Amino acid sequence: MTRYIIRRLLLAIPVMLLVAVTTFLLLHMTPGDPVSVLLGPDATVEQIDQMREALGLNDPVHVQLLNWFRNLAHGDLGESIFLDKPVTEAIAERAQPTLLLTFLASLVAICVGLPFGVISAVRRGSTIDIGAMLVAMVGISMPTFWLGLNLIFIFGVKLRWLPVQGYQPLSEGLWTSLRYLIMPALTLGAAQGALLARMTRSMMLEVLHEDYVRTARAKGVSERRVILRHALRNAFIPLVTVIGLTFAVLISGAVVTEQVFGIPGAGQLLIRAVNRRDFPLIQGIVLIVALLYVIINLIVDLIYVFLDPRIHYS
Amino acid sequence: MTVVERPRALADQIRPEPSFGKRVGHYVRRHPGGVLGSMLVLLIVLVAIFANQIAGQDPTALNPAERLAGPSAAHRFGTDNFGRDLFSRTVHGTRISLGVGFGVSLAALLGGIIFGLLAGYYRRLDAPLMRLMDAVMAFPGIILAIGIVAATGQSIANVILALGVVYIPRVARLVRSVVLSVREQAFIEAARAIGVRDWRLLGRHILPSSWSPIIVQGTFVFAEGVLGEATLSFLGVGPPPIYPSWGTILSEARPFIREAPWMMILPGIALTVTVLSLNLMGDGLRDLLDPRLRRRA
Repeated sequence: MTRYIIRRLLLAIPVMLLVAVTTFLLLHMTPGDPVSVLLGPDATVEQIDQMREALGLNDPVHVQLLNWFRNLAHGDLGESIFLDKPVTEAIAERAQPTLLLTFLASLVAICVGLPFGVISAVRRGSTIDIGAMLVAMVGISMPTFWLGLNLIFIFGVKLRWLPVQGYQPLSEGLWTSLRYLIMPALTLGAAQGALLARMTRSMMLEVLHEDYVRTARAKGVSERRVILRHALRNAFIPLVTVIGLTFAVLISGAVVTEQVFGIPGAGQLLIRAVNRRDFPLIQGIVLIVALLYVIINLIVDLIYVFLDPRIHYS
Repeated sequence: MTVVERPRALADQIRPEPSFGKRVGHYVRRHPGGVLGSMLVLLIVLVAIFANQIAGQDPTALNPAERLAGPSAAHRFGTDNFGRDLFSRTVHGTRISLGVGFGVSLAALLGGIIFGLLAGYYRRLDAPLMRLMDAVMAFPGIILAIGIVAATGQSIANVILALGVVYIPRVARLVRSVVLSVREQAFIEAARAIGVRDWRLLGRHILPSSWSPIIVQGTFVFAEGVLGEATLSFLGVGPPPIYPSWGTILSEARPFIREAPWMMILPGIALTVTVLSLNLMGDGLRDLLDPRLRRRA
């Protein structure tokens, strides 16, 4: 098992390198230049050239790429062009709300999506099923940011229960941070929950027709146990894959949600970096997102082992 | 929404397929959602076409005297921070949403069909093309779109291009899977044996057998394109702000949520209903055209 994990992590390295090179080339091939943003429209040609030279942007692309890799080997992602600090530091400062938000949103999605999906499948055609699937359909179609605006209006402006925007770090106390993240997590988790409910329902419907479910019922296993142990456990394997894959969707959603709720997170940092063409910062964030993606896929594969004893990795 | 396959009596099995008209009639009763969705889509298209007649007022006319005015007889849904009529802006926004959504689905279908056909038909191209598609899919979609728009500049065409690129992989995977299943069938072999050229084989023999799932997927991409345009506009990287896009109206509403909450009501409802209708229509089309594809590909 340990050996498998190590091999998977080693296999991730070429993928990450590919992601890094692709981002690098895309950034440098497309028009737009951080220096003209940095110095403004009044800068002289000499000033711009001097600045480009200082930032190493005048070197040929392959030299820049090699330099970047040399630094990466030392764990150094370079300096942000606009923030006057190392990329790693800039990301670390902003990572907390984003990670917490993504985690809470997944929790919301799983806690809402799984039970409703299972109940809908078991009570197929009932009022609960039709109602839940209607809500899920609306949930998928409603734009994240509009849901967020509505929550702000109801719970922030009218009822004044929760802060309307911003974030307080965990060092200010867990509840203080959570108060700021309740609405964003609901906003971000809703669409994922709706999607998960639909997936769970159709997976369960498929599994409930399998022979082993009939066998379990025939031998007198209680209905509750049939559903939870025999059906759900088998429907779980594709569902875990879906939950893992939604990570990319959640990151996209986090960018939007942070904008709606004014949360100073990594998503906001990325939008600003893209708009100002802060090359090292974009590069760094993309690389870390790719790393998280690889790790989450690995965790998904490891969860399979616990769900299905037939799966072995060696 | 799903059709359970029950074992049927032999007599039922040899009965010929019911006519298309009968199937449609049966379908209307079984899938009210799909019918409702299609009718709503038709209605929204009509709103887009007759936006000038319906809106009545100029969506861009500034009126500082009536800025942030609540719903009244003159402005049924109030005005925004520049005193522009929100009803008129929302009605005109239909054109942008539907236009961009349609463009995105066309671009994604075109790109996806080309990549999918190549990957499915030529074994040597399969792995590299599909790994490329995986890489695009793994990348958070909105961030990729923001990056492309930031690089190419804010215009309607570039927004369509950016979102099209994001949704190409889905279509490509779908087309590839259909090509893989069709490729080995006898009629393809027969066509190849009589010397039909590759491009003709792909275009005239393989592609037609994949239209149903492609149309279904195209409807879902249309819905996602409408959502994507609104999201980009909300973030300020959509079409230029002079267009009354629903996402732009909502982003302008955000700072005035205390003083003028009516600003966010109508465009939000319009957006949700449009995407919902397209999704319902997609679900309905899927059940009608391809009962085997019960889940979203």
